[in-house]
Amino acid sequence: MDFTFTEEQQMLRASLRRFLADRYPFDQRLAASRSANGLPSGVWAALANELGLLSVGLPEDHGGLGGGAVDHMIIMEELGRVVALEPYLETIVIGAELLSRCGGTTAQGVLAGVVSGEILLASAFAEAGTELDLSHIATRAERKGEGWRLSGRKTLVTGAPWASQLLIAARTSGASGDASGISLFLVDPALPGITLDCCATIDGRRAADIAFDDVHLAAEALLGEEGKALPLLDEVTDRAIAALCAEAVGAMGHLLEATVAYTSDRKQFGRDLASFQVVRHRMADMLIEIELATSAVYMSTVRLDGPAQVRKLAASAAKAVVCAAARFVGQSAVQLHGAMGMTDELDIGHYFKRLMVISAAFGDADAHCARYLSLSVDKG
Amino acid sequence: MNLDFSPQELAFRNEVRAFLAEQLTPEFAFAGRNCAGIYCELPIARDWFRVLAAKGWSVPHWPIEYGGTGWTPAQHLIFKQEMARADAPPLSPNSTHMVAPVIIAFGTDEQKAHYLPRIRSGEDWWAQGYSEPNSGSDLASLTLKAERDGDCYVLNGSKIWTTHAHFSNRMFCLVRTDRSGKPQQGISFLLFDLDLPGIEVSPIISISGDHELNQVFFNNVRVPVAGLIGQENDGWTVAKYLLRHERSSMWSPLLRARLERIKAQSAGCDPALQLRIARADMRLSALEVSELRMLFEEMDETRSSLMSSISKVSGTELRQEITELGVSLAGRDAIRMPDRPEQTGRGVAVATYLNDRAASIYAGANEVQRDIIAKIMLR
Repeated sequence: MDFTFTEEQQMLRASLRRFLADRYPFDQRLAASRSANGLPSGVWAALANELGLLSVGLPEDHGGLGGGAVDHMIIMEELGRVVALEPYLETIVIGAELLSRCGGTTAQGVLAGVVSGEILLASAFAEAGTELDLSHIATRAERKGEGWRLSGRKTLVTGAPWASQLLIAARTSGASGDASGISLFLVDPALPGITLDCCATIDGRRAADIAFDDVHLAAEALLGEEGKALPLLDEVTDRAIAALCAEAVGAMGHLLEATVAYTSDRKQFGRDLASFQVVRHRMADMLIEIELATSAVYMSTVRLDGPAQVRKLAASAAKAVVCAAARFVGQSAVQLHGAMGMTDELDIGHYFKRLMVISAAFGDADAHCARYLSLSVDKG
Repeated sequence: MNLDFSPQELAFRNEVRAFLAEQLTPEFAFAGRNCAGIYCELPIARDWFRVLAAKGWSVPHWPIEYGGTGWTPAQHLIFKQEMARADAPPLSPNSTHMVAPVIIAFGTDEQKAHYLPRIRSGEDWWAQGYSEPNSGSDLASLTLKAERDGDCYVLNGSKIWTTHAHFSNRMFCLVRTDRSGKPQQGISFLLFDLDLPGIEVSPIISISGDHELNQVFFNNVRVPVAGLIGQENDGWTVAKYLLRHERSSMWSPLLRARLERIKAQSAGCDPALQLRIARADMRLSALEVSELRMLFEEMDETRSSLMSSISKVSGTELRQEITELGVSLAGRDAIRMPDRPEQTGRGVAVATYLNDRAASIYAGANEVQRDIIAKIMLR
């Protein structure tokens, strides 16, 4: 049993928090999210080069520092505190993890660009309704000569409009529902036959519906072994869940701090709002939910490197617990800010909407409750 | 960060399991499993306590010089988990976890020598005299009068909600020895025997039909001053110290045992109920980590106080949620009046649900805990 963070991890948290406090004021974040590109200029490059953040979680033989899930947890929590727009999840937690695990010269080359901050990634495994059962995806890739032909659709691929490379899961053999036959491809979104229908999402980020119509891929586009990607994709899905849950804990921490500050300052009936017991108890409940969510995040993070069954149970439990907390904490923050909580001007609503997006990503609370139940039954 | 036990800790777990396999008889496990109240009743609770005492495990958390084991936090955790998992009878903390730490911290050498060995062996069984008819959450307003007369205090008044007073031979009690200052001043912490003349223990039957609680009446009861712990009028300091010990309790081991039993009975039941059970299971797994954090994270006194209030609220509310699942599992059978005394299965689920409404009331009502949390947060 050990709940301590290493000295490096404490320094990582402190330096990132300091950086974001200086360089990530909310009004600039808001302006960036409304600009054409949607990202604040210079921040990602600074994360890469000034902080060296993008290589922290990568294995040493891929130019990283050999950190792991706990480092991602710390980074995501800090990014969540400032409701950052940057696609750390998509590019690093998911994308770089897939590339370094699959290996190969193509992957190596892309990873170098990722670590230096030049390449942003987006990934699409799931399709509508298959978030937690990737064996049912309908996108297909077929061998054609030396290369592949890819056809299918992926909806709401977060970060895709920013990405210079896409990681796409497709079925290369077998029937829908088969555990084998799923493969992973590295795809340049500029290839002929690819259409990106870009949109903004409610959290101020960018996503795209992507259509692949008989897209020609070179042989090197295949990452890892043909037909054997499913276990890795399942695992990376759980890594993404743990990381998003950590981000949610950071966002909830900010919402509670802001709510405590607001109710301590705002006066009605001649008293601070925070002097009313009904308000105090609601804030106490917010903290209770956040503490439970924090424990759930620790649990899912530590179990990521364990056996698949244990890892999945922990990820589902964390997602369900964090979704419940996010809903309660988000709604309470809006409520306790009164009408101000309803304004676009205040940051509260933007955190609230980011928590909604996190709750819907990679299976919502109901989906994870169902997965947890079926996994528990399997176990017993 | 690591949530696993070390090889040495796993070896200790095997030792505990072997002990339980040998010593926890089916009768003990039956009593533990079917204990609908907060603690198991006497005589079986005392019989089990004596088995632990014979092994040297009745007061593991005490300092070694008084008979403790010197276990690490992980060993204490393992011991609690394995006891709950094996359905060991839940034991009252009054003697071992409440009055004993107070005697160790504030008692004279004579008091330690007199009381501690009798607690460790199970000879003495203690009741807690805190709440009064007009002093519940606002404990400092208590009025049980203790007037000095020679080498005795003369007690008049009453204590209420006294769990298992009818099984106990001694009481630790907060009494009013002075009324001139603030409510917290003028309280004294007193130990005495419950068979003194003028003490009457009167049962209070709870909504489950169980007799766990009592009202204790004091009519000119002469208590020797030798039973005073700490200084006269300084009992609030002692009470606050005790509260810190009370806060170290863990909810999750018992909840895990109860939930696993419900899960084992739920195969084939209504899918909506199965999802509720899964939801409780997921929250419990997070609570388990929260309680590990309380044991293993370094925290200052403020944080520790905050976390214990948070844990009281989360632990008791999840405890109540799990008892609701037991009632749902019983279905319409829940309305049948349970057979007594050898109630089993569904009758126990309902009695447990009814009794556990108290979980959010006792040990500082959850409303008081939320006040404490908010006060710390808004500091």
